[in-house]
Amino acid sequence: MTDKTMTPEDVVRRLRSGMTVGIGGWGSRRKPMALVRALLRSPVTDLTVISYGGPDVGLLAAAGRIRKLVAPFATLDSIPLEPHFRAARQAGAFELMEIDEAMFMWGLHAAANRLPFLPVRAGIGSDVMRVNPLLRTVTSPYEDGETFVAMPALRMDAALVHLNRADRLGNGQYLGPDPYFDDLFCEAADSAYLSCERIVDGFRGAPAQSLLISRSAVTGVVESPGGAHFTSCAPDYGRDEPFQKLYASTPWAEFAQRFLSGPDEKSYQSAVQSWHEERT
Amino acid sequence: MTTSAVRVTRAEYCVIACAEAWRDNGEVLASPMGLIPSVGARLARRTFSPDLLLTDGEAMLVGADGEPEGWLPYRRHLAMVTGGRRHVMMGASQIDRFGNQNISCVGAWERPSRQLLGVRGAPVNTLNNPVSYWVPKHSARVFVPKVDMICGVGYDSAAAAGPSATRYHRIPRVVSDLGVFDFATPDHAMRLVSLHPGVALEEVRAATAFELAGCDEAAYTREPTAEELRLIREVIDPDGLRDREVAR
Repeated sequence: MTDKTMTPEDVVRRLRSGMTVGIGGWGSRRKPMALVRALLRSPVTDLTVISYGGPDVGLLAAAGRIRKLVAPFATLDSIPLEPHFRAARQAGAFELMEIDEAMFMWGLHAAANRLPFLPVRAGIGSDVMRVNPLLRTVTSPYEDGETFVAMPALRMDAALVHLNRADRLGNGQYLGPDPYFDDLFCEAADSAYLSCERIVDGFRGAPAQSLLISRSAVTGVVESPGGAHFTSCAPDYGRDEPFQKLYASTPWAEFAQRFLSGPDEKSYQSAVQSWHEERT
Repeated sequence: MTTSAVRVTRAEYCVIACAEAWRDNGEVLASPMGLIPSVGARLARRTFSPDLLLTDGEAMLVGADGEPEGWLPYRRHLAMVTGGRRHVMMGASQIDRFGNQNISCVGAWERPSRQLLGVRGAPVNTLNNPVSYWVPKHSARVFVPKVDMICGVGYDSAAAAGPSATRYHRIPRVVSDLGVFDFATPDHAMRLVSLHPGVALEEVRAATAFELAGCDEAAYTREPTAEELRLIREVIDPDGLRDREVAR
């Protein structure tokens, strides 16, 4: 049995500039933020990012690492508009494939199932078709003869996800109310890296349905407590709302200098801790 | 009318108008976005539409008491959308005469002057289940002749896209802080259905950048019953958060 544990630095050493990278979670919920921060410390850039966007997209956009984004939105949930995503879009900083939430999900399903596309009744009639001139439609071969969007597979070079628990082999468990789409991200990628709050020796007694991700779809496992911070990681912790507000209201250079310029994840976590201590 | 002595606020008329969107919907998921639609959905659930399903805003279906009765993570929520057992009330940064809606960006899409949320689920919603809209501040910047990016599909766009787009497409109503609107005209152009009491017709016209049908026949939004007012004020929104979304 292969022990797949590694550090965030090991993960980003396996990534290359120009890659297509999928990022799990949803909005400002259970994002693999420690892995994103490791990416920011690396020279990897020119990325195609596939994400139900949150501050993962904001951070990478602010740091100029995104060449192309594939997303239905970018939001901080409690703060509806992601400020760095906004700024980057308004500056024309990257190419965008803007698609509907369901189209996105079927793109993941297609990739996970090694299909070139899946038909979706979403997109036609909307400007998603206008702003994505490469999207094609497909006509049902049955009597209904209906026309659908042929949503292309969102295949990726690498996927980054964060779960509550994992074992050293890459089996992953979520404990919150929503799995999001992290299993699909892993299955849609050539290699997948799973960070978790805690590595466990096994899942004896666990509800079977909580075992979301199979080791067969995972390349590396990173133990990273607080690794989704400042997004939520229920039930381990909720979103760090004061810190998210700080992120959304602080000029990028100042925020990056204070929280992201350290040598590792530990320096980030202690910078956050001292910020909280100063507030109280 | 049982509330003669009590002043009903504009926010409360808006709650009533939103609640009415889910009347006679049966056993479907009510997906309200925004505070007043959310109070409206819960009011409908507690009064005239008891079979509605509601979520906790995350992944659980909850009863009127807030206790979980089912599981609805995003992936299953999307199946609820495409299965059609749902009526969503979305927001709209822009909406036009035929119900095309925009929440993505303002200006040229290639390089917007104001980036907003993105299309989110508006395309899939509008092609699959009834979609109503809630606009807390009715203005000519929201009710525009043409939206900058079609996220939610309007009647003209659905018709142009063909039978697969029109098959399940329906926009039952638009509620704003000024009144209630629908598309029940021969060409599916937006129609004024009712003004909220205290709103003048001219006010609505001035705040809408296209011609509204129905202005001659428009009624007033109905009064809440005493029981509805009690539920809104004492049970569903005792802290009066609704007044933050619509003042007056």
